[in-house]
Amino acid sequence: MSTATALDVNDLHVYLGESHVLQGVSFSVAKGGVTALLGRNGVGKTTTLRALMGLVPRSRGSVEVQGENVTRLPTHAIVRRGIGYVPEDRDVFAGLTVEENLRLSERGGNGRYDLVYDLFPELRERGRQRAGTLSGGQQQMVAIARALLNDNDLLLIDEPTKGLAPLLVTEVAVALERAAELSTILLVEQNLGVAKRVAEHAVVLDGGRVVYEGAAGELLSNPERVRELLGVGGAGH
Amino acid sequence: MSTLVLLTITGLGLGALYFLIASGLSLIYGLMGVLNFAHGAFITFGAYAAWWITTHVEASAEAELILATAFGLVFGAVLGALIELVFIRPLYRRPIEQVLVTVGLALALGALVFGIWGADPKLFPDRPGEEISLPSWMIDTTTILGARIPNDRFVEIAVAVVVLAGLTAFLRFTRIGLIIRAGVENRSMVTALGIDVRKTFTFVFAVGGALAALAGVLSGIYFSTVDPGRGTSLLIFAFIVVVIGGFGSIGGSAVAAVAVGLVQQYANYYAADWLDWSGAGDVAVMFLLAGVLLLRPEGLAPKVAH
Amino acid sequence: MMTPRRAVVPVLLLALLIVLPFLSVDIPVLFGGPLDSPGTLNLLALCLVFAGVALSYDLLFGYTGLLSFGHALYFALGVYLPAIAVTEWEWSLPAALALLAVVAIALPLVLGAVSLRVTGIAFAMVTLAFAQAGNVIVQTNPGGLTGGDEGIILNFDPLPDFVVGIVNTKYLYWLALGYAVAVFLIARAAIGSSAGHVWRAIRDNERRVEVIGLRPYPYKLLAFVLASFLAAWGGFLWLLLIGVTPEVTTATFTLTLLVMVVLGGTGTRFGALVGGFAYTLLDNRLRNLAGEERIQDLPDVLRVPLSEPLFLLGALFVAIVFFAPGGISSFPARLRSLVYRRAAKESAS
Repeated sequence: MSTATALDVNDLHVYLGESHVLQGVSFSVAKGGVTALLGRNGVGKTTTLRALMGLVPRSRGSVEVQGENVTRLPTHAIVRRGIGYVPEDRDVFAGLTVEENLRLSERGGNGRYDLVYDLFPELRERGRQRAGTLSGGQQQMVAIARALLNDNDLLLIDEPTKGLAPLLVTEVAVALERAAELSTILLVEQNLGVAKRVAEHAVVLDGGRVVYEGAAGELLSNPERVRELLGVGGAGH
Repeated sequence: MSTLVLLTITGLGLGALYFLIASGLSLIYGLMGVLNFAHGAFITFGAYAAWWITTHVEASAEAELILATAFGLVFGAVLGALIELVFIRPLYRRPIEQVLVTVGLALALGALVFGIWGADPKLFPDRPGEEISLPSWMIDTTTILGARIPNDRFVEIAVAVVVLAGLTAFLRFTRIGLIIRAGVENRSMVTALGIDVRKTFTFVFAVGGALAALAGVLSGIYFSTVDPGRGTSLLIFAFIVVVIGGFGSIGGSAVAAVAVGLVQQYANYYAADWLDWSGAGDVAVMFLLAGVLLLRPEGLAPKVAH
Repeated sequence: MMTPRRAVVPVLLLALLIVLPFLSVDIPVLFGGPLDSPGTLNLLALCLVFAGVALSYDLLFGYTGLLSFGHALYFALGVYLPAIAVTEWEWSLPAALALLAVVAIALPLVLGAVSLRVTGIAFAMVTLAFAQAGNVIVQTNPGGLTGGDEGIILNFDPLPDFVVGIVNTKYLYWLALGYAVAVFLIARAAIGSSAGHVWRAIRDNERRVEVIGLRPYPYKLLAFVLASFLAAWGGFLWLLLIGVTPEVTTATFTLTLLVMVVLGGTGTRFGALVGGFAYTLLDNRLRNLAGEERIQDLPDVLRVPLSEPLFLLGALFVAIVFFAPGGISSFPARLRSLVYRRAAKESAS
């Protein structure tokens, strides 16, 4: 396998209960930069990330990280191959302080606290506050900071701007740009403005399969293609 | 007044036993979602292991008791870790089967105790040929506000307080403690941070086993005997403590254990007098549980499994 | 509904069970005496009682997904209440049974209403606590009613002659058979009813039941009351077969019900019946085996575990959970697939 890719997904199938959510998803993520994973609501973007992480059982297919097959590894071992994960609902540990949330995610004892506090100075001030008492935006910062704390090769980030105020959306976008200088990012993003701003590549899911793989700019500056593939402006949205 | 003091301290002593059992149960359930019925076996085996030492070692009463307690503690820890590794771990992600297996183990291990040591209670500590079996200062009483309190009650309470402080500090200040606290909240997110959470499962089972065995040994001192039904009878009250205190919360277990111990003692004395019935204390605890559930069902529901 | 062909085996089996007290057949290993001997009939009657009681428990656990640790309470109610009524209060049997019918609905209605305010493991613990309260009441003998550890020596005077005495064991056997059949028919009707469909939906996904606009609570309460009511009558039969013993109030007794159901296979029509029957038979045989000389002469390492039936049954239960999660009732299907796979392999090679 070529090592020019950070991630290769091949024929991934996932069932959630009885519904066949992913029906043979295949795509690659090139090293460096941001690849946006796009698609209509409920098309399986979050499930794809969770399946890559080994958090939902995969019935078929393979996942390779930097050319190494990780399909059969448990979640924690996959993560130790150099992956940071920012889940859809942030999933910060509400009963732990901000500082404890960061310390928990630190692997190998050389956390990049300077980088994280530089990006999100608020987190330094609120280090001793319980994460459950933070605002949604602050919790999102903790979630992103947890992924950036380690020197990860690949970040899987699920809707980081969901439900955030416009000002915070910009702040998160800046953080994503900064993170993209350090790691490869696979980003699920419903906010097409953010996707357009940060992503070079795009992968579009529909009906449990990949229907577009290519340059992000080309896709996102073509309103007709956007409507066709992402349903934006369509009757359902 | 002196009766009230005696009842209070006796109730606290009983609550101390409940806390030692409930804290392990609560951590195991909070972290792994496993209601561990085999916990009763940890109590009973721990008590018998300590008793066995007292029949085989000849030393001063203090030394024998310390040795017996240490042996019971280690025995409980090893038993807990073994059960997790052999029986619970292979059923990871199958919580119903895990509970069923602990039920099977509880029945099998309980029967084994009967088979090995018989149905009759054993004197604890058993020091053949010695006049006193416990250190003499433990048998003595201390007078507080006119109440003559057997000193062993203070030992039980002190042990529970030390364990409470130790567990709390451990959970707060160590990395394993941090992982356990996070795991109680959201286990899959802990693994998504690259942490092998299963290692902590064996650990909490070992700690739970050790604390339950410690409770078994202390119950031997409290009742002056060990018997094969000890684990089951204490376990039921510990279950109630866990439900009232909230799953996964050590502080909650401590408060609930004190409440249950006190209610049991007070009701046993005052209501039993009034009703002429010795079961009042135990039944009052069942009512306490029902009352708490009626008032705050939402606060006591277990966390959503994931 | 059963198709006529599928009904053949159960109907034949039932016919065999009905005429069984007339069969003077010796079945070594399984039974100690010929089928028509009082000892064997008594054991068979007990097996049938537990087939019914296990099925009543399966209504809760296997069909509705309610893990109760307090089912023994209602069984014990059926043992103690009629015994106290006819012995202590000197009631007639019909009056005692009418009282049992009322209390066996009222008590689970009240306790179920409280316990079902919580779900999952908390529910299991609350039911356990209530059952334990029952155990405490029985053990501490309030007002000399329950007899504590000794139990109650039943006053046989108000009982009809045909349930008394060794020679009449066959009538008790038929009574037990009638009980098992009745529980089976009632359970089948309940499972097939609209409430039964909701039970299974609750078991599979309670949240989804709420989403389609149904309140699970009354349905769960119905299952709880029905299961408890059926168990109480099993308790009454135990009273006639064995007498009053406090062991029926213990938590261990409820756990053995759980073992029976899982042993036979949860949530299947015949699984719990088979499990209850097989467990009771096995328990009895193992007890006899434990007393035998060839066991008593073994070294301690073997003798101690082999002379504790509950140890062996607990170990068997763990093995079933690990290696055959569907229980005994899944064995035919497992066997079939095994044979089928082997045949397929042979034809392929």
